[in-house]
Amino acid sequence: MSDGLLPGFSDAVFGAQGCFRAILAALSEPGTVHALGGDLAPPAPLCPAAAAVVLTLADPDASLVHDAGPVADAFLRFHTGAPEAELATASFVLATGAMPPLAALTPGTDEIPSAGATLVVQVESIEEGEGWTLSGPGIDGLRRLKVTGLPDDFPAQWAANHARFPRGVDVILCAGDRLAGLPRSVTLAVTLEA
Amino acid sequence: MPEAPSPASLSTPDLTADRQSWLAILARADAATIAARLDGPLPEFARLRGPETGLVMIRGRQGGDGAAFNLGETTVTRCSVRLAEGGVGHAWRLGRDARAAELSAVLDAALQDPARRPALMRAVIAPLAAAQAEAVAQQARRAAATRVKFFTMAAMR
Amino acid sequence: MYVSVKGGEQAISNAHAWLAEARRGDAALPELSVEQVEQQLTLAVDRVMAEGACADRGLAALAVKQSRGDLIEAAFLLRAYRTTLPRFGGSLPLDTGAMRLQRRISATYKDLPGGQLLGPTFDYTHRLLEFSLAAAGEAPPPAPEMEPEEPGPPPRVTALLAQEGLMAAEPEGDDDTPPPDLTRDPLSCPASRALRLQVLARGDEGFLLGLGYSTQRGYGNNHPFVGEVRMGEASVEVVPPELGFAIDIGDITLTECQMVNQFKGSLTEPPQFTRGYGLVFGHNERKAMAMALVDRALRGAELGEDGGAPAQDEEFVLYHCDNVEATGFVEHLKLPHHVDFQSELENVRAMRAAQQ
Repeated sequence: MSDGLLPGFSDAVFGAQGCFRAILAALSEPGTVHALGGDLAPPAPLCPAAAAVVLTLADPDASLVHDAGPVADAFLRFHTGAPEAELATASFVLATGAMPPLAALTPGTDEIPSAGATLVVQVESIEEGEGWTLSGPGIDGLRRLKVTGLPDDFPAQWAANHARFPRGVDVILCAGDRLAGLPRSVTLAVTLEA
Repeated sequence: MPEAPSPASLSTPDLTADRQSWLAILARADAATIAARLDGPLPEFARLRGPETGLVMIRGRQGGDGAAFNLGETTVTRCSVRLAEGGVGHAWRLGRDARAAELSAVLDAALQDPARRPALMRAVIAPLAAAQAEAVAQQARRAAATRVKFFTMAAMR
Repeated sequence: MYVSVKGGEQAISNAHAWLAEARRGDAALPELSVEQVEQQLTLAVDRVMAEGACADRGLAALAVKQSRGDLIEAAFLLRAYRTTLPRFGGSLPLDTGAMRLQRRISATYKDLPGGQLLGPTFDYTHRLLEFSLAAAGEAPPPAPEMEPEEPGPPPRVTALLAQEGLMAAEPEGDDDTPPPDLTRDPLSCPASRALRLQVLARGDEGFLLGLGYSTQRGYGNNHPFVGEVRMGEASVEVVPPELGFAIDIGDITLTECQMVNQFKGSLTEPPQFTRGYGLVFGHNERKAMAMALVDRALRGAELGEDGGAPAQDEEFVLYHCDNVEATGFVEHLKLPHHVDFQSELENVRAMRAAQQ
């Protein structure tokens, strides 16, 4: 089974630190899009950004559920050590196909809101400057973000997710080697284009 | 009931016991000792993971033979490589000797190749195993030399 | 109320420079190498590994050198360092019955299979200062060797008693469920025995020694015998997921103590012997024996014995035996409490004024 394994970050420390810095920036300034660069070449169907996020954040203490198939499973578990879990209890959920409903993931508890899951979603594209209007912590005024490849009811799901703050699910959107973050604290409005 | 061997295990004979043996021997030798035994160049390889140092929680048993408990951690260094000619090798060892972990992983991959195995067993694994067995035997002899021989002075009532 | 203040950077920097010079001592003398600490102060290194809860002789030796021989400070350094490393997983439970022994003694049976192996012990030395060590001397002659009378590890004393049905069996666990881990979840009481043993294994040797001693002096009555003390090397095995089978990743030196205590029996259990258990990184019999005494004392409630002694008080023992926590809280008192004290001062002055 291990014969098809691929390497992870060419430098595990600097690769993960660079990606962590990008995730930190993406979640602290929602709506900004960050390109990772780097040379991570994950197996299909993983995109470089989604694979980098999971390699950076998941570990033997943080469980992972994904829909990416056996080859990607061997790759992700070999490099992270993250255990399997049920969707409802996983620390990290990676969706390369249709994303699971946000309500299906653990939002943590009022005592330990940090136990809320992080959903990593591979989408078709993410672009700054158009699309949704975001507001909230980390945004001076308003910021625009256009995402292609999410279910139509995502804004409604997000409203319900945001409403249970401090509990909730955080989302990292990945396309190619680019990523953007939607922390549970952000308010998302569908912009009506003229 | 014995199961019929799967097609995969027919094409690659099960090396589990052999790998357990050589990995245990390599884990007990430092990088310089392993390198000194190599009489030719190692095959070309690429790193899949590591060498990297982390922790393993060592578990004991309550009372010595009961349920497990966590005793404390230890440093462990591991490495996984793929040979250019094909074949993957893994190594885990106590401590922080990254070079030894990498050499061991390359040797684990090379030793799985039936063409390379006999020469490597002869040059590397067998001499290391002999030296380690002698060290264990010497400790047992030293301990035996401190074994108490009781003798009774006189029957007392 | 906390008030943040700034200042003292230059004083701190100068103090650290002096510390470095004081650590080095007289520069006319050769500097102590970490390898020398590791090889020649082995029991200090072992103690730091045990209380630092991280088995790595090289790191522990460096910590001893850096801390100028302050072993609690060294354990603190080791605990801090381990937080920088990723956790790869857990080992299979050690098979201490298969240890390659340097030392093995029993106080319960004189002639037991495998015999009494004294090993490299201070016991039976005369405790006279050896002034020859003060002069640089030659390496001592190699220790004598004899062919062992029996091959392999000897059976355990507890197994001999168990054959007669006189030794209470240890509850077996499910090895697939990881035991509770103090380094992942904070301590809470009542604690399982697995958690208690983890706390005791990293607990302060002096604190456990005092508590163990107290049980012998009548505070928590139990009459212990050393069934067996073993010191030697055990193999550490892990199952890497990428391999899917167990591999042996090297040897670790351990000291194990099985203390045997009489148990009067209960409505459901016949009179028999029970065990207190100690297991410690490195060579440290004092710690392993004290741990075994305290483990047995903490089992008092489970065995229906009268409690009330300090060593039987789980919360008291478990919350106070960690020397890194203890030194942190005791020593934090020397940090600035200027504002706190100012309010106390005003309080006392006001009370004094009101009284007059």
